[in-house]
Amino acid sequence: MRYLPLSETDRGEMLARVGVKSVDDLFADIPKDKLLKAPVDLPRRKGELEVERILSRMSSKNISASSVPFFVGAGAYKHHVPATVDHLIQRSEFLTSYTPYQPEIAQGTLQYLFEFQTQVAALTGMEVANASMYDGSTGTGEAVLMAHRVTKRRKAVLSGGLHPHYIDVVQTLSKMASDEVAALKADVSGTEDILSQIDDSVSCVVVQSPDVFGNVRDLKPIAEKAHKHGALLIAVFTEVVSLGLLQSPGSQDADIVVGEGQSIGNALNFGGPYVGLFAAKSKYIRQMPGRLCGETVDADGNRGFVLTLSTREQHIRRDKATSNICTNSGLCCLAFTIHMTLLGETGLKRLARINHANAVKLADALSGVKGVEVLNKTFFNEFTVKLAKPAAEVVERLAEKGILAGVPVSRLLPKSGLDNLLLVASTEVNTDEDRAAFVAALKEVL
Amino acid sequence: MLNRQGRPTAAGDAGSNEHPTFTGNKALAQVEPLIFEIGRTDVTGVDLDEPASFTPRLGGQERKDAINLPGLSEPEAMRHYVRLSQMNYGIDTGLFPLGSCTMKHNARLNERMARLPGFSDAHPLQPVSTAQGALELMKELAHYLMTLTGTKAVSLSPKAGAHGELCGMMAIKAAIEAKGEGKTRNVVLVPESAHGTNPATAALIGFVVKPVPARDDGWVHVDDVKKLLGPDVAAIMLTNPNTCGLFEPQVVEIAKALHDAGAYFYCDGANFNAIVGKAKPGDLGIDAMHINLHKTFSTPHGGGGPGAGPVVLSERLSPFAPVPFVRESKSGLELVEHESDAAEKPFGRMTAFHGQMGMYVRALAYMLSHGADGMKQASEDAVLNANYIRAGLSDLLSLPFGDKPCMHEVLFDDAWLKDTGVTTLDFAKAMIDEGYHPMTMYFPLVVHGAMLIEPTESESKSSLDLFIATLRDLALAATSSSNDKSRFTGAPYHSPRRRLDETRAARAPVLKWTPPAPIADAAE
Repeated sequence: MRYLPLSETDRGEMLARVGVKSVDDLFADIPKDKLLKAPVDLPRRKGELEVERILSRMSSKNISASSVPFFVGAGAYKHHVPATVDHLIQRSEFLTSYTPYQPEIAQGTLQYLFEFQTQVAALTGMEVANASMYDGSTGTGEAVLMAHRVTKRRKAVLSGGLHPHYIDVVQTLSKMASDEVAALKADVSGTEDILSQIDDSVSCVVVQSPDVFGNVRDLKPIAEKAHKHGALLIAVFTEVVSLGLLQSPGSQDADIVVGEGQSIGNALNFGGPYVGLFAAKSKYIRQMPGRLCGETVDADGNRGFVLTLSTREQHIRRDKATSNICTNSGLCCLAFTIHMTLLGETGLKRLARINHANAVKLADALSGVKGVEVLNKTFFNEFTVKLAKPAAEVVERLAEKGILAGVPVSRLLPKSGLDNLLLVASTEVNTDEDRAAFVAALKEVL
Repeated sequence: MLNRQGRPTAAGDAGSNEHPTFTGNKALAQVEPLIFEIGRTDVTGVDLDEPASFTPRLGGQERKDAINLPGLSEPEAMRHYVRLSQMNYGIDTGLFPLGSCTMKHNARLNERMARLPGFSDAHPLQPVSTAQGALELMKELAHYLMTLTGTKAVSLSPKAGAHGELCGMMAIKAAIEAKGEGKTRNVVLVPESAHGTNPATAALIGFVVKPVPARDDGWVHVDDVKKLLGPDVAAIMLTNPNTCGLFEPQVVEIAKALHDAGAYFYCDGANFNAIVGKAKPGDLGIDAMHINLHKTFSTPHGGGGPGAGPVVLSERLSPFAPVPFVRESKSGLELVEHESDAAEKPFGRMTAFHGQMGMYVRALAYMLSHGADGMKQASEDAVLNANYIRAGLSDLLSLPFGDKPCMHEVLFDDAWLKDTGVTTLDFAKAMIDEGYHPMTMYFPLVVHGAMLIEPTESESKSSLDLFIATLRDLALAATSSSNDKSRFTGAPYHSPRRRLDETRAARAPVLKWTPPAPIADAAE
C-alpha cells in the first residue's frame, strides 16, 4: 500500500523488538469475540488511477457553477478566486500543520491568523475578531450563546430576514439548551416591526443585512432600542463582499458581528468547508468563543504570536468553557486572508461595486420579462423576484436549459405560501451573455 | 575541527552563529513583517475593471469611511505567504507525534479529487437533479462509515469533532425527551481523562457533568460506572481507545450497564484510527460516535481546520438524526432538508447546507485508496509503531500504567524527570531543536506532566529509529548529573522564534494590528 512505509521485514523486526509474536497480541484488550477475523466488507485497495476514475465519474454527474450561467446564492456565492490563493494554501507547511500549540514552529499560521483577525475587525468595524468559526450559521448560534452569557438573559429575538438555515441552527441549539427564541415570520420586504419585540427580558436581537431576501437593513435604530433595554445587537451577513460597499455593522453600533466568509478565497464546495467570521466589542472578549491569536515577544525580544486567552476554552475550562469548539477553519481563514490581501481596500471596494452593478443590471433585465416582478427596493448582489409560476418548477425547467437560475424560497421555507418567490444572485462572474440567456430562457418557461 | 559528519570545518568558524546580519534575516530564515506594514490601501493584486456608472440601490446605506485594508501585488503576496509558510512545521516537514491528533500523511490525490469541479464548484442549493454525483458521494461515504463502525445510521453534517459530539449528544437528548425523561435524566458521566470538548459539549446543552474517577491502571472500570448510574444518568461520554492510549477492556460491560440503566453510550471516536478494520464500535455497544475525518481518514488539519465530524448512530438513536440527509427516491437521490419532510423525528439542524463536502471527498478518496485491507493494515502499523516507541524508551522514560501494550499512541508521565530541573515543557521544546514537532503535552490531565506520543502508520522504521535515538539522547542529558540543563530550559534555540511569552499575551491582549503611535519628539 503506497501510503504505508513498513515492509514485512520491518514489521517482523519491530514485533520482535516489542516482544510479541503477532500484531494481534497488541490488540489483546479487545474482547476476543469482538476482534474481527477478516477484513470488513468493503472493496480492497486501489491505485490512484482507479480512484480518480471513480470520483471523476461522480463529479461529472454534477453541473458546476463555472460551466453555466449561474445565479444561485442564498448564503453561498460563486466568486472568482485568484490562482495564487489555491497554490499558497496547498503549501505543505500550511496544509499539513496542526492548530498552533507549539508557537515557536507555527509562526506562519499564527501570523496569518493575526492578520486575518485584523482584517475581519476592520471589515466589520469591530474592535476584536476571533480566528474563525466553522461557518456563518454555527457562528450565529455561538453568538446567541455569547449574548446570553454577557446579559445573563436567555431569550433571543430573530429577524424574519435571517437565513432560514441560520434560524434552524439557532433554534436547535436553543431548544437543546432550554433557551427561549422568538423568531419573527419570514419578512420578504424587510419592513418587519422588530423594535416592538425588544424588552427587558431579551438577551439579543439577531438581524441579517443584506437579509436573506436581499434587503439592506438599517441597524442603527435596532441597536439603539436593544441597548436601551440592556440587550445586544447581533448583526449577521452571509455575503462578506457586501461589506466593501455597505457601511459596517460596527459603525451602526452592533455588539457582535458574525457572518459567512466563503465568498472571499473559498470555493462553493457544495456547502462546506466554509469560514465563519466572528467579531465583537472588546469589552466582551472574555465571553467570546473560539481561538484568539495575540501578539507577544520571544526570549530574544522578537515579536511573535501565540494563541491566547485560552482560559475561556474547553481544554482548560472543560464544562465551564465559553464554547466546545476546538478545530475551526484554519485553512479557509488562510484562503480568505490571502484573497483579501490581494484585493486590498481598492480591489474589495471595486469588486463590491461590480457585484452591485451586475445585480442592478440583472434586476432591470428581469423586470422587463412578463410574469416577473422584482420585489426589492434595496439590495446588494441578490434580490427576490415574484414569478407567475412556482419557482421550484421554473428553476427545474431552466436547469434543463442549462441555466442555474437561483434558489426557490420554497427550498428554504417549504409550506410558507411563498412558492412563487425566487432568490436571484449576481456576482462578478456573470456576463452580459449570461444575463441575456437567463432572460431569454425565462421568457420561454413562464 | 571536525563536524558531526566527520568532515573538517574551516579555521575560525567557531562562533560563526554570532554574526548579526543587517536585515535580521538568516539566509533562508527571513524576517517577514505584517501585511499592514508592507501593504498599501491603493495597491491591488486583482485586476478588475470599474463598472460603468449606474444608480445604486443600497437605500443610502453606502459605506463612507475607509476600511484600512492594505493590498499587495501578486508577487508581493506570493512572497509574503511563502515566507510565512517557512516558519511552520507540518507533517511533510518531519515526524509530528502529536498524541490524539493523528498527524498522518495527507495524500495529494485527495486534494486533487476535492478540486474536481463537480464537487468544489457545486452550489449547495442548486437543484438536486444537477447534483446527483454529490449526493452519490455522500451516500457512498455514509456506507463506508457505517460498514467500518457496524452501525445503521450516520449524520454527515457536523463540521468537526466537537460539533459531532454536540450532534450525538443532541440525538441522545432528543431520544430521552421522546421517552418523557427529559426532566429527570440530566447527568452525563465523563471520565477525568476525557478531551475537554466532552464536558464542554455536555454542558452546552444543559447536562450536568459528573466525572468518573481515574484509576491507576488507566482504564475505566465498570464497577465505577455502575456506582454512578441511576435514573438521573442520561449518558456516558467515553473515549475508546482512551486518551491514555489504551483500549477499554470492559467496554462491552460498560455499554450493557448503561443500557440496563436506561442510559446511552456516547463514544468519542477521536482514536478510532487505532481499530479501523480490527473491531466495530457498533459491536461494542455504542449508541453514537463521531469520527474525525481529519484524523482517522487523513483530511488535512490545515493549521487547525477545517475538519469534519460525522456521527454514526445506533438503531435506537437513528430516528433523531438531524437534517439534512440523503434519501433514495424514484427519481434518484434526494436531500431531506426539513423536519417536515422526514418520516423520522430529526432533532433539528446542525449547520447551514449539508456539511463538509470538501472533506467528504478527501476522506472517501483515502478509503478507496486503502480499501478494507489497507485500512486494517494502517491500524496495525499505527499500533505497531507506537509500541515500537514504547519498547525503545520504556527503560528511560516512565510509563504511568506499567509496561503493557498500547494502541496507536503511548503515554509517558514526568516521574522520570523528578528533581532534574527539566519539565515536560522543556523536554518538548528541546525536541523542536532536534527537528521534531513535540508530542502532546500535559494531556490527558490524569497523569502528571503527560507526554502523549502518536507516531501514526506514516512513519518508516528508520524514521522511528532516529526518533527513539534522539529521545534517548535527550532523556540521558535531562537526567544526567550535570547542573547545566540549558539545552532544555532555554530551548528552543534554533526555531524561527525562541520561547514565547504567553503570560504577557494574555495579560494585556493585543489581538489585532494597530498603527504605531507617532514617535514623540525627544526634546519634549
